[in-house]
Amino acid sequence: MTPVKMHTRALNLFYGEVHALKGVDLDMPEQCVTALIGPSGCGKSTFLKTLNRMNDTIASVRISGEVVLDGEDIYAKNVDVTTLRKKAGMVFQSPNPFPMSIYDNIAYGPRIHGEKKRIVLDEIVEQSLRDAAIWDEVKDRLKKPALGLSGGQQQRLCIARSLATKPEVLLMDEPTSALDPISTSKIEELIDELKRDYSIVIVTHNMQQAARISDYTAFFLLGEVVEHNTTGDVFSNPKDRRTEDYITGRFG
Amino acid sequence: MVRKHYDQELAELHVDIIQMGSLIEKAISDSVTAFENNDLALCESIMLEDKAVNDLEKVIESKCLWLIAREQPVASDLRKITTALKMITDMERIGDNAADIAELTLRIAEKNTFADSGHIPQMAAVAVTMVHDAVASYVNTDLALAQKTEQRDDEVDDYFNLIKQELVSVFRAGKEDMDNAVDFLLIAKYLERIADHAVNICEWVEFSVTGKHNNAQIF
Repeated sequence: MTPVKMHTRALNLFYGEVHALKGVDLDMPEQCVTALIGPSGCGKSTFLKTLNRMNDTIASVRISGEVVLDGEDIYAKNVDVTTLRKKAGMVFQSPNPFPMSIYDNIAYGPRIHGEKKRIVLDEIVEQSLRDAAIWDEVKDRLKKPALGLSGGQQQRLCIARSLATKPEVLLMDEPTSALDPISTSKIEELIDELKRDYSIVIVTHNMQQAARISDYTAFFLLGEVVEHNTTGDVFSNPKDRRTEDYITGRFG
Repeated sequence: MVRKHYDQELAELHVDIIQMGSLIEKAISDSVTAFENNDLALCESIMLEDKAVNDLEKVIESKCLWLIAREQPVASDLRKITTALKMITDMERIGDNAADIAELTLRIAEKNTFADSGHIPQMAAVAVTMVHDAVASYVNTDLALAQKTEQRDDEVDDYFNLIKQELVSVFRAGKEDMDNAVDFLLIAKYLERIADHAVNICEWVEFSVTGKHNNAQIF
């Protein structure tokens, strides 16, 4: 069994009176891709955001239970949220480069964490862009605005930006839903490469994508995990009728 | 490269089909060699090796199903994958027929042996070539080869009729007993079935290229 990088136990989340996550227990193994699937509003993106405390900024949110990364509860009082987010980076649905140069987008994170040496930053920028499979496309235009890139390139830039702070977990919220098939395919290949070094949790609405790229799949419905198993089992012989109905497109 | 994995998996599928093709070609050739030489050990090994063909069929079926589930193939990709699923059934049957020949050879050897294998070796040579070309036409998407191979079925049928006539003559002359003659004819029949399965494969290859199966446009 692959060691677990991150897990949740009895995780509950409320938006005011709305009970959005109901006692979620989920293990996310190391150097694996865990896909979160389920209809809109089922809680999968909310769950993803609890994994690096992105919900902290929402005033009405209340959370109980445990979210554990490398054996430590990330909601413990002594946890520094900036350090946590360095360890667990997030990539969003729409590419969201900062309105600055390609270089500065990548160097932004390391600079925030105190890196000032040009030579070190140069190295991080190149390595991150290489790891995100976009270096060859941008190496001659590092000083150009990141917003001049195509959508697919912008998304790989955002992945490079999250890699720059040397995270251990990558959280991806529908990272290809705004992209064309070719860019989607490039991101999927990239995810397959990245899982050698990172533990990845990805929210996706694309069933074939979940089947293609993930090792484990969790099916969320109305804030609960209905089924969590190897992706092979979920997509060949789901145990719960609701999972089968969802993945075969009969509801949701 | 875009969809690198997908292309890799399709390439691996072809490798598996080529391997399955080699196994069944060898099984047919060996079964006829065993028959000609009365080689009982070879018969036993052919019957054992048929399991490898059956196992490979399962591997290929599983790969095809996962390709469909994961990659949502369309157009020629979908035709190629469904063709693979269809043709391996015929390939598996060819493996069974070769094992059947080996089993018959064992049975014949218990009672008697034939002094002369007649036209069986020539008939088998055509059947093996047909199986080889049918699989090659799939792997290389070679419609012309598939169509040419289908036509060779007549040669095999002619051999079958010839062997049948020869057996009738032999029987009438009282040179062989009836039991032996029937087994001999069954071997020829299995070879004739093998050629039919090769034709079925070619018909699916035509579908994979044109979307037509036996002249009906189905996808």
